[in-house]
Amino acid sequence: MSRIPLPYNPKVMDLFRNPKNLGKMEDATVIAVAGNPACGDMITFYLKINEQTQIIEKAQFESYGCAANIATSSIVTEMIKGLTLEATWDSITWQKVTEEIGGLPSVKFHCGVLAVGALKRAIRKYFDDRGSEPAWMPKENTFEEKQALEEEELAKTLSKRVKPEEEKSP
Amino acid sequence: MVENVKDLLKLHEGITHQVYLDNENSSIVPQEVVDAMLPYFNKIAYGNPTLTHKPGWEAFEVIMNCFQKISKYLGAKILEEITFTPGESEANNLAIMGSCFAQKEKGKKIVISEIEPINVLQVAEMMQKFGFTVTKVPVDRDGFLNMEKLQAAIDKETILVSVAAVNNELGTIQNIKEAVQIAKDKNSQILFHTDATDAYGRIPFNVQDLNVDLATISSYKIQGPRGIGALYLREGVNLDRIIEGQIGTQRLWPGIENTPSIVGFTKASELAFENFEVNITKMGYLRDKLVDGIFSELTDLRFNGPKGEKRSPDNANISILRAEGEALTIELSLKGVYLSSGSACSRRLLQPSHVLVAIGRRFEEAHGSVLMKTTRYLTEEDIAYVLKVLPEAVNRIRRIVGSTGVE
Repeated sequence: MSRIPLPYNPKVMDLFRNPKNLGKMEDATVIAVAGNPACGDMITFYLKINEQTQIIEKAQFESYGCAANIATSSIVTEMIKGLTLEATWDSITWQKVTEEIGGLPSVKFHCGVLAVGALKRAIRKYFDDRGSEPAWMPKENTFEEKQALEEEELAKTLSKRVKPEEEKSP
Repeated sequence: MVENVKDLLKLHEGITHQVYLDNENSSIVPQEVVDAMLPYFNKIAYGNPTLTHKPGWEAFEVIMNCFQKISKYLGAKILEEITFTPGESEANNLAIMGSCFAQKEKGKKIVISEIEPINVLQVAEMMQKFGFTVTKVPVDRDGFLNMEKLQAAIDKETILVSVAAVNNELGTIQNIKEAVQIAKDKNSQILFHTDATDAYGRIPFNVQDLNVDLATISSYKIQGPRGIGALYLREGVNLDRIIEGQIGTQRLWPGIENTPSIVGFTKASELAFENFEVNITKMGYLRDKLVDGIFSELTDLRFNGPKGEKRSPDNANISILRAEGEALTIELSLKGVYLSSGSACSRRLLQPSHVLVAIGRRFEEAHGSVLMKTTRYLTEEDIAYVLKVLPEAVNRIRRIVGSTGVE
């Protein structure tokens, strides 16, 4: 049972109640997913990117998770709209997202981390798909991307620990 | 952080109807119980019951009456078998640690079920630091103890078995009588403890019928005040104290007896047992209405725990797929419906309810679980209100999820 009190601030609550840029994007240039339902949080980002300018024209999200997960995903879509991919990569970190949302309880920092992990994964995927990695993009995964991978690895371990379906589930 | 809470509370302004279903984690103390407690703060019996003056003797008299009544409701032989503690956590700690320390010459093994409440599970695990070992017996998909594995787990080193009479999350009513029989057949010296906090006042429960040596009960779980519980210890069984201090009317728990809370617990017990059949029928009726209503309004649900006679009448536990539990509890709170979830989204390493995992639920099913408990104080209107707002809340959260995580 979740026992730690979570005094979310008004900005988090506002984005939880009225998330901005919510929903699937049919004409997305790139789609990236991070997290796993077994860990209780998972995010999908849809980015519409101008191929000439590499500017993010539109960003939308869907997410499975707690109020902080929903709010951080939503604010990321607001923060990156109109930025170039390079500017996005350089300026968006989990600390920046946490700051922008007015702070999170420390047990919820990972929500911001996962949101940024999903975003960076989307940008990396955009260039991977086109077979051209720009010079400004580091070869090695960023902290947030590593954390997303770690969570997904954890989910596999968790799923293995669940007893066989035929023995337990109706 | 406190400022944030003020803002959070402001968001609840304008709620027209409130329904408290989180009776697992605390409860509303009815006015009749509060009224019964009030005189004992400052009008009568405010003294220490072990001292030789009028307020002390008054306290002694009222506390003895409470011992008597609680003994009767539990089926204890004598009132000395009851020890009031500051809650069920303390009673479970006393039961496990006290038994282990008192029996340590006889053996070093503790056997529990894998779905014991945290205040049994973690105390048993903590005893490993003192050289004891813990064996956890598995349960089936409805939370029933595997009796063959229980039998296999008990050996000559075993000194204590602890299995809850009713599981607090699933409402599963264990066959404690059979489990005690299995344990005692293997070794008559073994002590059998049961956490009866979810049985007391909800199902027929009698320590002599079941032949248990120790049983824990709790006040808030029957709508009494928080901060008071009790441990039954069969006459003649030896238990060590786990805290030291001035001994009063009870050898096993030092300190000044909490007269108002003891009176409140006893009053709540009276109210639960005076019309026992009527009370549990009402709880069960409202619970069924709640569960049936939710299942008729929503799809992609899992009902957790057994159905029918083998389930406690107050307990409803449903996994709502494609909706994370914490988000749901917040969404429902804003609409005036208060419940809890088996989700564990408050940590980096996310471990949901160990009980749901033990019955084979996938982690995402546990993250989306909601636990609700009915009481005799709820009304049909309350349930109707929940059935109006809960599907709306689930549907909104599911819209945010969209296609994320759908395989």
